[in-house]
Amino acid sequence: MALTLFEKIWQEHVVMEKAGQPALLYIDLHLIHEVTSPQAFEAMRVAGRKVHAPGRTFATLDHNIPTIDRDRPIADPDSALQVEMMKKNCREFGLELFDLASPDQGIVHVIGPELGLTQPGMTIVCGDSHTATHGAMGALAFGIGTSEVEHVLATQCLWQVKPMTFSISVDGKLLPGVSAKDMILAIIGRIGTDGATGCAVEYRGSAVAALSMEERMTVCNMSIEAGARAGMVAADQKTIEYLRGRKYVPKGADFDKAAARWLEFKTDDGAKFDRELRIDAKDIAPQVTWGTNPGMVVEVTGKVPDPAAMKDESARKSVAAALEYMALKPGTKIEDINIDRVFIGSCTNSRVSDLANAAKVVKGRRVAKSVHAMVVPGSQHVKLEAEKMGLDKIFIDAGFEWRESGCSMCLGMNPDILKPGERCASTSNRNFEGRQGKGGRTHLVGPEMAAAAAIAGHFVDIRNWGNH
Amino acid sequence: MKPFTNFTGLVAPLDRSNVDTDQIIPKQFLKAVVRSGLGRGLFFDWRFTPEGKDNPTFVLNHPQYKGAEILVARANFGSGSSREHAVWALQDYGFRAVIAPSFADIFFNNCGKNGLVTIILKPEEVDAIFQSIAKHPGYKLSVDLAAQKVSDEAGWSAHFEIAAHSKRVLLEGLDDVALTLEHASMIEAYEKQHPVPYR
Repeated sequence: MALTLFEKIWQEHVVMEKAGQPALLYIDLHLIHEVTSPQAFEAMRVAGRKVHAPGRTFATLDHNIPTIDRDRPIADPDSALQVEMMKKNCREFGLELFDLASPDQGIVHVIGPELGLTQPGMTIVCGDSHTATHGAMGALAFGIGTSEVEHVLATQCLWQVKPMTFSISVDGKLLPGVSAKDMILAIIGRIGTDGATGCAVEYRGSAVAALSMEERMTVCNMSIEAGARAGMVAADQKTIEYLRGRKYVPKGADFDKAAARWLEFKTDDGAKFDRELRIDAKDIAPQVTWGTNPGMVVEVTGKVPDPAAMKDESARKSVAAALEYMALKPGTKIEDINIDRVFIGSCTNSRVSDLANAAKVVKGRRVAKSVHAMVVPGSQHVKLEAEKMGLDKIFIDAGFEWRESGCSMCLGMNPDILKPGERCASTSNRNFEGRQGKGGRTHLVGPEMAAAAAIAGHFVDIRNWGNH
Repeated sequence: MKPFTNFTGLVAPLDRSNVDTDQIIPKQFLKAVVRSGLGRGLFFDWRFTPEGKDNPTFVLNHPQYKGAEILVARANFGSGSSREHAVWALQDYGFRAVIAPSFADIFFNNCGKNGLVTIILKPEEVDAIFQSIAKHPGYKLSVDLAAQKVSDEAGWSAHFEIAAHSKRVLLEGLDDVALTLEHASMIEAYEKQHPVPYR
C-alpha cells in the first residue's frame, strides 16, 4: 500500500496499539531545556524512577539565559535556579547537557539538526511547541507538555492519538525577495491559526524541494502556529549532504548505509492524505503580521484591515481587540508603520543563512537613529561561523548589538524584552500580546525584512531595497 | 492524579477566540520549578493593571464570577506555547473544566494529564451558554463525565465526545507512567530491534 512519509515513521515506531486507544509510540530522541523540565524530574524523584534511555535524551540551556556577560553569574535568581536545577538533574540522572560553557550550546531546535542528533525517520519530542522544526530533516517531531516530558524520561515512549495527514504543496518558484518565512506566514494567513489542528503536515512541491535545509527548518518551525502537531519535509540529497560529517551521525560506510535508509522515508506515489492544499509559489509576497496572532498577516504592500468591514462578529471582535493592543488604525499602510526595535534571532530565523541574508541588506548602512536593533545567533556554532564570515562586524558597524546564543527576545524570559508600547520587527514566531514583553507590539517578518526595517525605521518592501 | 467526580460549578465567560497560553500564563511565571501556586499568574496581563491592582474590566474580577469552577471560551483555546503551566494555573485558580468549541492540541493533551476536563461543544451550544450566563446571574452547569453531558438547572443539556481511553484515565485518576510500565517488556523488545543511534 502506498504510504505517506508520516505513516512510514508512525508505523515503524508503534510499540503496541489496541483498537480505540492511543498508540504507544517509541521516541528516538528527547530534547530538554531548563524551563519545561524541572517539574518532570521532581516527579521522577518522588516516584523513585530512573531515566529509561539516557542515551536518547540531550539537554541544553536556552530559554531564560542572558545573551550578554555570560562569564558572570546569572543576575536573575529564578533563572539562575532553573539553570542550576538543569545541571543537577542532568548530573543525577546521567544525561548529556550542553551548558553555557559548551561549544555546542544553543537553542534546542537549532542544535538538534546542527549536531546531527536530528535524523530522518526519527520520532523526536521536546517540551517546546516549536519542536516541529526538526521535521525539516524528514523526522516526526512534535512539542509536548511537562507531564509528557516525565513520561518520556521514564519510559522513552508516549501514548499518542494518530493525527490526520495534511499535504501542503507549494509549487513553482518563489519570487526574488520572498523568503521561507514569507512562505510559512502566507500559509498560516491562508488556513488560520487552527487551520491544521490535529494534523501532521507534510510540506511538498517544487518550491519546498528548492529550499535549503535551513529554510525548510524555518517553514516546519511555524507549523504549530497553524495548530499542526507536526510539520515535515521528506529527506533528499540535500538532507544527506547537510548531515554528512556532523557530530552525532554515523561515520564512513555506516553513514552511507544510514543515508540509504533515510531516503526511504518519503511519501509513495499515490499515497493519500486526509487533507490537501496547493499554493502557487508566485502568489507569495513578503509578509508582515499586523495583529496578535501569526494568522493576522498581510503582504508588505498591504494595509491594516478594517474590522468594520467584517461580516463575521467574532472575527470583527478579535481584529478590533488586536488593533487596539497594537495601537494601529485601520487602513494604515504597512510600509508607514514605524518601529522602535528589531530582533533577528529565535528558533525560526537564527541560523547562519538567516544572518547572512540579513547582513547583505545591512552591509554598509546604518540602523535608523530611532531604532534599537539586535542579532542573537541560534547557537554557539552559528555565532562562530558567522564571525568567521565577518557577519558580526557588518552588524556591529551598522549599529546592531551582537549577542550570545539563546531564545532571547522571542519569548522574553531573559532580560531581552520590549518596554510597554515599543514596536518591534521580529524574525521570531509569535506576535501574541505581551510575548516579547508586557505591552510590547510584535510584527513578525523574515530576516531580510527585519534588517531593512532596522535601517529604514519602518517596514519596507525588500523587493525594492536596491533603490534605497 | 485524583479521580474525576461529577460536580456542579459556577461558570465564568471568556468571550474570546484563540486564547493562547502566553495569555493564560505569561513568561515570568515559567521560572517556577514546582507545579503549585501558579493561580496567581493566571491571565496575569488581563487580570491586573500595570500597577498590580485588579483590573475591574476583566471578567474574572467581576464579583459574580468569584469561585467559578468552569470556564467557557471561544474556538482554539490554549493555542501556542506547550507550557503546562497554563493548565496548572487554571487548576490552581479553581477551574475544574473548560468548555470551548475547539482546543489546541498540546494544551488539550496537557489538560488530560492533569485531570482538567476539556469539553468540546458545538459553537451554537457554546453560544447558548454565553447567553444563559448573561441572563441568569450565578449560572451553574453540572458536568457528568461518565454520561458525557453538561446540563443546567433549567433542563438545558449538551452531550460531548471524549475518547474512551481519556475518559477512563480521568474517571479512575490513572497514573500514565505506571500504565505504560506494564508494557515494559514490549518496550525492551522494541529497543533490541532499534538500538540507540548515537556513537
